[in-house]
Amino acid sequence: MKRWALFIPFITFTLLGFLLWRGLYLDPKDIPSALVDKPFPEFSLPTLIGEELKTQSSLEGEVTLVNVWGTWCISCKVEHPFLVELAERGVRIIGVNYKDENDAARKWLVDLGNPYEYSVDDVDGTLSMDLGVTGAPETFFVDAKGVIRYKHQGVITQGTWAPLEKIWLSLVDESKQAVNP
Amino acid sequence: MMKYSVLLLSFFFSQWSLGIVGGHEYVFDDGDEVQNETRAQLFEKLAVELRCPKCQNQNLADSNAMIAGDLRRELYEQVKSGNDGESIINFMVDRYGEFVLYRPKMNTMTYVLWFGPVALLLVGLVCLVFIVRKRKQNNALTDDFSQEQQKRLNELLEKDKGGDHV
Repeated sequence: MKRWALFIPFITFTLLGFLLWRGLYLDPKDIPSALVDKPFPEFSLPTLIGEELKTQSSLEGEVTLVNVWGTWCISCKVEHPFLVELAERGVRIIGVNYKDENDAARKWLVDLGNPYEYSVDDVDGTLSMDLGVTGAPETFFVDAKGVIRYKHQGVITQGTWAPLEKIWLSLVDESKQAVNP
Repeated sequence: MMKYSVLLLSFFFSQWSLGIVGGHEYVFDDGDEVQNETRAQLFEKLAVELRCPKCQNQNLADSNAMIAGDLRRELYEQVKSGNDGESIINFMVDRYGEFVLYRPKMNTMTYVLWFGPVALLLVGLVCLVFIVRKRKQNNALTDDFSQEQQKRLNELLEKDKGGDHV
């Protein structure tokens, strides 16, 4: 047998070891969203407050964060103060109230503050299903043309905002350039 | 007992079929006997083949997650209204990505997944053939004693017989 051939098992082992070692540090929950770079799904839902009918076209014209939330979701309570802060800084946030009770949801907004321009009432979860939502909170970054550009699973807080802010700013820049090139 | 009597009833009257998924019973009763049965079977098959998008490794049938319950209901309604397997799978993939498929589609991304094991098996077989052939060659070489070598071996054996070997 040729001498180099003796190294084949060793090389195979090293490659396999490297692959598995890499795998240890990958996040299995990090699933790419199927909706990134697709137009926001069609919907026609009443708002939580005022019961005004809204459709996907109401998202267009401005960069928007679409935040899926519910009073049954504990993490939503964690991120809520930061959403209020973002709204105060001028970030446009629209809520999707996911399989919730209306009274509890309205009380939540009164008690904790309302960061949403409006929240649509997705009581049977159809919009959330079209969005591929698997739990709450989830936040979609929608550009001024109404196209989903990024999806964030989990809470948005001071700690997780920094990389998200870059995305948001780049979308805002893009929309400004589209208006006056 | 209840479950069996229900099954028995459905068998005799054949007005409807049951899809049993994750301990829940789903009734299919829109069409004739054959259609109900095929839909119930399609439902059971897809509930096992589709993965819960929230869970790491459970199918829709096994998971207790809220989203799995919602998707089971969606699946049931789509199957009941006569959608075929492919359109339902596309519906799920459009929303949750290919992550939800326990039987991945065949495309350039998944060739390794589909053909990797067969390829490894072939590599193993080729190696085996090589090793066996090489061994045969070596054996052939050692079998082929020259006359001189054979003579020397016989001498040695002869010598050994004579001596009192301890």
